[in-house]
Amino acid sequence: MTDLTPISPLGAAAPRVDSLGSITITEVTNRALASVAQRKGGSVSAGFKTLGFAGAPDVCEMLEANGHRAWWMGPDQWLVDAEFDTSGTWAKAVKEAMGDAASITDQTEGFCRFDLSGPLCVDLLQRLCGLDSDQMQVGAAQRTQLHHMACVVIKTEAGWSVLGAHSSAGSLHHALLEVAVGLH
Amino acid sequence: MSGYRLDGGLVDHASALGFKFDGKSFNGLKGDTLASALLANGVQLMGRSFKYHRPRGVMTSGSEEPNALVELREGARQEPNTRATTIELYDGLVAKSQNRFPSLKTDLLAINDVFSNFLSAGFYYKTFMWPKSFWEKVYEPAIRHAAGLGSLTDDADPDTYDKGFLHCDLLIIGSGPAGLMSALTAGRAGARVILAEEDSLLGGRLLAETMAIGGQAGHDWVAAAQAELASLPNVRIMPRTSVFGAYDHGIYGALERNADHLIAPDAGKPRQTMWRIYSKRAIVAAGAIERHIGFANNDRPGIMMASAVRAYANRWATATAKSVLVFTNNDDGYKTARDLMAKGVNVPAVINTRPEGQPIEGTEVHAGATIVDTKGRHGVTEAIVQTAKGYTTNVLCGSIAVSGGYSPNLGMTCHQRGRPEWREDIAAFVPAGDLPPGQLVAGAARGVYDMGNVMADGVSQTKQALNDLGIESKVMTLPEVEGEATGTSHYWYVPEAISGKKRAWVDFQNDVTVKDVKLAHQEGYVSVEHLKRYTTLGMATDQGKTANVLGLAVMAEKTGKSIPETGTTIYRPPYVPVAMGAFAGRSTLENFRPTRQTPSHTWAAEQGAVFQEVGLWMRAMWFPQKGETHWRESVDREVLATRTDVGICDVTTLGKIDVQGKDAGAFLSNLYVNGFSKLAVGKVRYGLMMREDGMLYDDGTAARFAEDHYVVTTTTANAVLVYRNMDFARQCLFPDMDVQIISTTDAWAQFAVAGPKSRQLLERIVDKDHDISNDAFPFMGCREITVCGGLTARLFRISFSGELAYEIAVPTRYGDALVRRMMVVGADLGVTPYGLEALNVMRIEKGHVTGAEIDGRMTALNMGLDRMVSRKKDCIGFHNSQRPAQLDPNGPRLVGLRSLNGEGIIAGSHLMNADGEVSAKVDQGHVTSVCYSPMLKEHIGLGYVNGGDQRMGEKLRAVNPIKKIETPVEIVSAHFFDPEGGRLRD
Amino acid sequence: MLIPHPLLGPRDAGEFTYLGDATLLDRPDWQSETAAQDFYDYVYTRDNPSGVHRELWYHEYGDRSWIVVTRNVSTHEILGAELAQDVAKTKGSAG
Repeated sequence: MTDLTPISPLGAAAPRVDSLGSITITEVTNRALASVAQRKGGSVSAGFKTLGFAGAPDVCEMLEANGHRAWWMGPDQWLVDAEFDTSGTWAKAVKEAMGDAASITDQTEGFCRFDLSGPLCVDLLQRLCGLDSDQMQVGAAQRTQLHHMACVVIKTEAGWSVLGAHSSAGSLHHALLEVAVGLH
Repeated sequence: MSGYRLDGGLVDHASALGFKFDGKSFNGLKGDTLASALLANGVQLMGRSFKYHRPRGVMTSGSEEPNALVELREGARQEPNTRATTIELYDGLVAKSQNRFPSLKTDLLAINDVFSNFLSAGFYYKTFMWPKSFWEKVYEPAIRHAAGLGSLTDDADPDTYDKGFLHCDLLIIGSGPAGLMSALTAGRAGARVILAEEDSLLGGRLLAETMAIGGQAGHDWVAAAQAELASLPNVRIMPRTSVFGAYDHGIYGALERNADHLIAPDAGKPRQTMWRIYSKRAIVAAGAIERHIGFANNDRPGIMMASAVRAYANRWATATAKSVLVFTNNDDGYKTARDLMAKGVNVPAVINTRPEGQPIEGTEVHAGATIVDTKGRHGVTEAIVQTAKGYTTNVLCGSIAVSGGYSPNLGMTCHQRGRPEWREDIAAFVPAGDLPPGQLVAGAARGVYDMGNVMADGVSQTKQALNDLGIESKVMTLPEVEGEATGTSHYWYVPEAISGKKRAWVDFQNDVTVKDVKLAHQEGYVSVEHLKRYTTLGMATDQGKTANVLGLAVMAEKTGKSIPETGTTIYRPPYVPVAMGAFAGRSTLENFRPTRQTPSHTWAAEQGAVFQEVGLWMRAMWFPQKGETHWRESVDREVLATRTDVGICDVTTLGKIDVQGKDAGAFLSNLYVNGFSKLAVGKVRYGLMMREDGMLYDDGTAARFAEDHYVVTTTTANAVLVYRNMDFARQCLFPDMDVQIISTTDAWAQFAVAGPKSRQLLERIVDKDHDISNDAFPFMGCREITVCGGLTARLFRISFSGELAYEIAVPTRYGDALVRRMMVVGADLGVTPYGLEALNVMRIEKGHVTGAEIDGRMTALNMGLDRMVSRKKDCIGFHNSQRPAQLDPNGPRLVGLRSLNGEGIIAGSHLMNADGEVSAKVDQGHVTSVCYSPMLKEHIGLGYVNGGDQRMGEKLRAVNPIKKIETPVEIVSAHFFDPEGGRLRD
Repeated sequence: MLIPHPLLGPRDAGEFTYLGDATLLDRPDWQSETAAQDFYDYVYTRDNPSGVHRELWYHEYGDRSWIVVTRNVSTHEILGAELAQDVAKTKGSAG
């Protein structure tokens, strides 16, 4: 195991949590991510089943299975996550499941993720992106522009997950926090 | 001092809110607007007019107000041109009148009124034309001082503004009788409804009328309707929200004033929120706006719209004067007379322009009469009335309530160039069929005036909208309402024959009179569009809401055409003025754009790095050390240390794109000028990309990690563009190729490790089972390795600096730790961090190109890289790069430039021959990049010179006419340093 | 404006990057004898109609699909939208 010490996308040793009463913003750093891009003539549904999912997530859909989430990112493209471990082998595991049906890329570090919970989350999202968040159901995964940044917004049982580019974690967090403060 | 407080109304008589106007303290009540509070305190004079500095008071009770514009608040929050009629009174409010000097009552610029003959329509064009040089120096500053409205503060706005997005089936604009019935109809049907009301209270006209609605007072009926709507989860009620624009595809802009009714927003809370509302259907229930009548001196304070006088009495418990004369051309004016008398206000007479007039108990009705003039210095004190029989009589009054009929509030219906049509029976323009798609209009906004009919129209228009959406409506019962008299006439202004040559105002905010309109006609401006521009009628912040129809009527009369033949100008967004801060939202100052941070950002900041935003990235430009006072000292040191020992630079910002698939190699060959199919696994190749017009737009590398897996790098600036173009090629040009791409720019922390000791340094962190010796891992190699005890990494042996160099990439979260580790283990090797400036110096020394050279106007031939272009394969841009003009041997060629006088060359300078004229005609090229080379100890640069490859050794001048600097330069090879490239292969 | 994304439904135009004329899908054959002229026409001699136009939009802030939008550029009325990849594939099989 490496003796290098990782830092979070916000630049700290530990992930950040901001609790404002009606909204909690939690930086999530303990997920490994792999992208799945279906190859011409291939089919990824068997691979997703191997990983425990009912199949490949449909357009704008997020599926959960065995502690993994998988969601649609674009035509013939998905992201699938797992608990992070220092071995860095999640992408390889996905590649094994998918075989030649898909190209796999490790995207663990490509994104930052903030989970939102609390009753004012919809009010928060309404002030940052054009999604009809009020009508999104659990399991909906949408890519959109959120305060000028390309983001993924996922509705979950516990609330919401917002994923943005790792390098703009600071700007994304700032936007979420400032608007959340304004709601209180 | 004529206005005073009445009983009743929707104000809280038990409250007392202190406020200041022009430094004087007053008290108002909760529920007041600034206008109602001032009127109740007897203040009529609220401002001076735009051009003539005439005394002006409030004219309306809503956002259409042209006159009573004030500077609200003080200091950084001072806001000019705020309508007193829409300012909710709060304790501690401070406002000032504007456009007066030195004070409102003694305005020296009122002299303009005396010289009004020189300031008539088109005076700008006639008076200030010559001498020409006077315009900028004398006339314009003087006019800007004299004319104009409020003044801006120079301080930054301390408040924040939110932006947001809402979705609905039905957006209802306005919550008067039509809007409320619409909301009830749609809300009960289960549709997603947004009800937007610009006022703080719902109800519109229902708050200002005395008639019973369903057996209760109007405001009580409103409260019940509001309570029902609030109980429906599918209805969002938005008071204090002005819908200001109708945009494409059912999108509406709306401004919610979250904190304008407070002395200051609570900490962290926005002042306003700008909403973008996505609606499937929209109902404009914005009511109608009362018009003025043109009569001599009709602009004195106290002369107001009759509906406003009524609203001040009924809603705001404010009499505009003890004695209010009513002047009307329609039935609605009568209602004001009756309501005022019911409140105990004296109405000396009702002047009715129509030949017949019903008598009213308690006052005298003069049918067929007009007002021919008014008197009063800072407010009206008497009216001169001419009766039907031609006698004149003076009527003492402190206020005149004028009703010239109603104009449907058309703003929102015209925003997509819809042209309203004239309805003779109601003497008004109404929306025609060319509404913005998805928009319907209900109630007075489309010329339906009687209260019962208005409510019914709200229901029926909404049912139609719901039907369009496939939503079933419930059966709706209308409240019982007594009928209203809505008769009107076409009386526009008192003719000159009666009133003489005195001025009668049409557009109060821009000071346009009946005479101006006639003058415009006389001078040939007969089109309404020309009339508007020439007289500025309707061009003020109120967009002529109270003025336009009157102006058109005058024009129509002069041209002998009907009003529909004359036509009308239309409205543009925004319906009401919107502050720039609201458009900016939270994207201000350092948050203007998102920023991106490199993985070593925290570490670099600790080292005192100087950052600059490059693209969105915050990049370390140089790392100053103690004692270094000039950036060049730091940069020179960083270059020398790298070329002597080893330097480290964070290059994460370069775009990285993972390209996979069976056809990945062939795909890349189509994108780059050179081939990539035959690149060996474990090798990297430099590549150039063209646009289809044959011009280069980016360069980078592609590393092959497997038969079907490449990692492409792009320049920092073009990472997004290259990815977009790759997606275009993949989806649109070569859809049958098996290629998958994904951006991995953020996934890897990547560092350039450059210099003679770079391998030595890397050997100290690369795990022992990976051999990175020159033989095992030669120039242009790439490999997956592990570092620091098993951490996955990618190593590339590529060099931008021209030194023995590598780029090492680790998962982003370890980037910070890796750079710290390399600094520790390389300390004895002299490891030095270097920034973008040193990187730039080293690449110029090597003649390597960047965006300054790859500027989108040059081909590979221009850059001296033509040998890279493969003729054996398809490639985007190839054919157009071979057009005859591109092959001109005297076209631009990339060269090196040496300064011959020891001074720096200025980038962007144009190159001229050593002797002769300096002009564009004899331009020889231009300088793209410059630096001081600490290795060569001289100032050098890169640039394009016509036929430059044939002109080595020739002397030119680098000319900067702006800075008036000419630098003698010599054309040399662009490869200044180590031209053979021996250093990078060691 | 709202762009009716074939997979995602109406999306704000702000999420898209505009490219222009959809004839860019008809890239000439690089080996044709008239290739030089064909590529010149492909880049430089496109139409710019004031009414209905087929245009390419890229859902840059969304799913990264290129879309062919049929739009009346005078009124902004949108008459249809297809995934460019589908359009391109159809052309390929037709040609």
